[in-house]
Amino acid sequence: MTGPVDRRRAALYVVLLAMVAFYLAPLEAGLVTAFKTETGFLRTTPFVPPLGAEQFTVDAWRTAFGRLRQGLLNSVLMAVPATVLSALFGSLAAYGLTNLEWRGQVGVLVLFVAGVFLPYQSVLVPLTQFWSAVDLAGRVPLAVVGGNEGLIQLSITHIAYGVPICTVLFRSYYATLDEEMLEAARLDGASALTVYRRIVLPLSVPIFAVTLIYQFTNIWNDLLFALVLVNDPSNQVVTVALNELQGSFVNQYNLQMAGAFIAALPTLVVYVLFGEQFAKGVAGET
Amino acid sequence: MGRPDGPRDGESTAGTRTDGGVADETAAGDLPDAAAGAASPLARLRRSEFVQSIPFWGPPGLLVLVFVYGAVGWNFLISLTGWQGLGQPEYGDLSLGAYRRLFEDPSFAAAFRNTAVLLLLFTVLSLLLGLALAILIDRDIRFENTIRTVYLLPMSLSFVVTAIFWRWMYNPVDGLINEAIRGVGGAVDAVVFWTAVDFGVADALTQAWISDPRFKLYAIIFALMWQFSGYCMVVYLAGLRAIPTAQYEAARIDGASAVRMYLRVIVPQLRASTMSAAVVLMVFALKAFDFLFVLFGVNPGESADILSVMMYRVAFDRRQWAYGAAIAMVLFAMALSVIGPYLYLQHRRGDL
Repeated sequence: MTGPVDRRRAALYVVLLAMVAFYLAPLEAGLVTAFKTETGFLRTTPFVPPLGAEQFTVDAWRTAFGRLRQGLLNSVLMAVPATVLSALFGSLAAYGLTNLEWRGQVGVLVLFVAGVFLPYQSVLVPLTQFWSAVDLAGRVPLAVVGGNEGLIQLSITHIAYGVPICTVLFRSYYATLDEEMLEAARLDGASALTVYRRIVLPLSVPIFAVTLIYQFTNIWNDLLFALVLVNDPSNQVVTVALNELQGSFVNQYNLQMAGAFIAALPTLVVYVLFGEQFAKGVAGET
Repeated sequence: MGRPDGPRDGESTAGTRTDGGVADETAAGDLPDAAAGAASPLARLRRSEFVQSIPFWGPPGLLVLVFVYGAVGWNFLISLTGWQGLGQPEYGDLSLGAYRRLFEDPSFAAAFRNTAVLLLLFTVLSLLLGLALAILIDRDIRFENTIRTVYLLPMSLSFVVTAIFWRWMYNPVDGLINEAIRGVGGAVDAVVFWTAVDFGVADALTQAWISDPRFKLYAIIFALMWQFSGYCMVVYLAGLRAIPTAQYEAARIDGASAVRMYLRVIVPQLRASTMSAAVVLMVFALKAFDFLFVLFGVNPGESADILSVMMYRVAFDRRQWAYGAAIAMVLFAMALSVIGPYLYLQHRRGDL
């Protein structure tokens, strides 16, 4: 017995699967292309796997990895501290603006929230002015900076512009904490810092996971700040390196695709493992 | 909270003072220590609550103040200087010249128009697709988590990565888009062939999507929609799940058809979801620089130039810093005009 309900159900799944194909098509086409030789990807349709041994190669991956290795390392060095510190600052700010009650905090909060929506173009020129005036290399002993001033500048920049979104994410979570419990601890004589360290921080593990994952993805994926702030080629991050790779091998699509996957790998791994947290971060960005 | 406590504090010390709050405030102004001693412990706690909160939001607040608001202010100042070339800006001689120039610059007009088209079309299309997907997913389907994960996947990728994928997708000869069109069009042609007229559907529909000025902007919008419609789906799904099931039931009992039920009952209740998703999408659209920069460098051509790319070109490629800063101020104003009302409404609903 196949009634109209069953048929409708089947149609629903067909549509949903077609959309799965739509979202995966560019990735699938990219992945198979990355394993093809040049004649391979010119002769075959983009989504079919390489046909036969003469069309299959991993050379593209090898070349792309060689070109991106330094960039990957730099991105890790830059993104990990920036992610952790912006999340920590966000947590502290959200606590001070949510769980401690004082007049006028909504005004301060608005200033934080509005920062989430800042188009970065509107701070680029002053930012380059600022960092050339600070001149880390000139003031801090070289041993401390170690020739990585570009990465440090970029990291600090990402921390500063990450604070607003991190604060928003933490605030929506802290607003759901049991106020009476915190109040009771305060009346027992615990300081604001003690309450934060003993009660709020241990409860923050899930929201830290959401924020760290979301923020890592954002910082890792950024191109604009790196483009403007990092001049030293040895400090180049992976997005800039990938952009140069695609610019210098214009028609070698296999190489470009392999490079794209290598650069995206950390965020893809994070997404596959922690997709739920990423989705929560996405939904909280409002 | 502050006001109603005033009289009560006065009452508790009524034996010594009858004019309560007023005396309290003047005392607080003149002799903070004495006032703290005289006020009730509750008032003291409240006062120190502000002081105690400063170490928490102070340092991050300082970062935001300097890097966000200080920088925008500085940017505005630079836009008034007429600074260009290799030297440093001179803040002695300020004028609105850069802004006057905006009005006379045809490439600014084109970029502004393209930005507006991108903003509107990308936002509306992504919202519609996201809503449709959310409604489909919200029907107790199997493998819901997997499907949701796939739909949201593109958003976790960098613009640099997705731009490289889509350049390959749009390749006029070997790209998947044109191959697919040729496949479908070929089938249509084969059918039409029997009418003895060759319409050449396949050849007519394959295009050089990202180099032809007629299609460039729309090809970009389509790719961006691919990347961000999953985000709309997530927001709408959360909105749908918040609507009580009883309302679906009521609509069903009334005999409303599924489509009408969604249009009349469900969609109006998703206004909050729509608004927050739209705001975020518009900001993404203003930031779409990375995507265009990877595809076209600093010169996307007049048909696809947007303000964020133009700003970068003018400032960092041509070193016309003041003019670039002026374009940046326009972008800032656009963002502000989107989020200002949004934040105000959020505040009025008490969601802030």
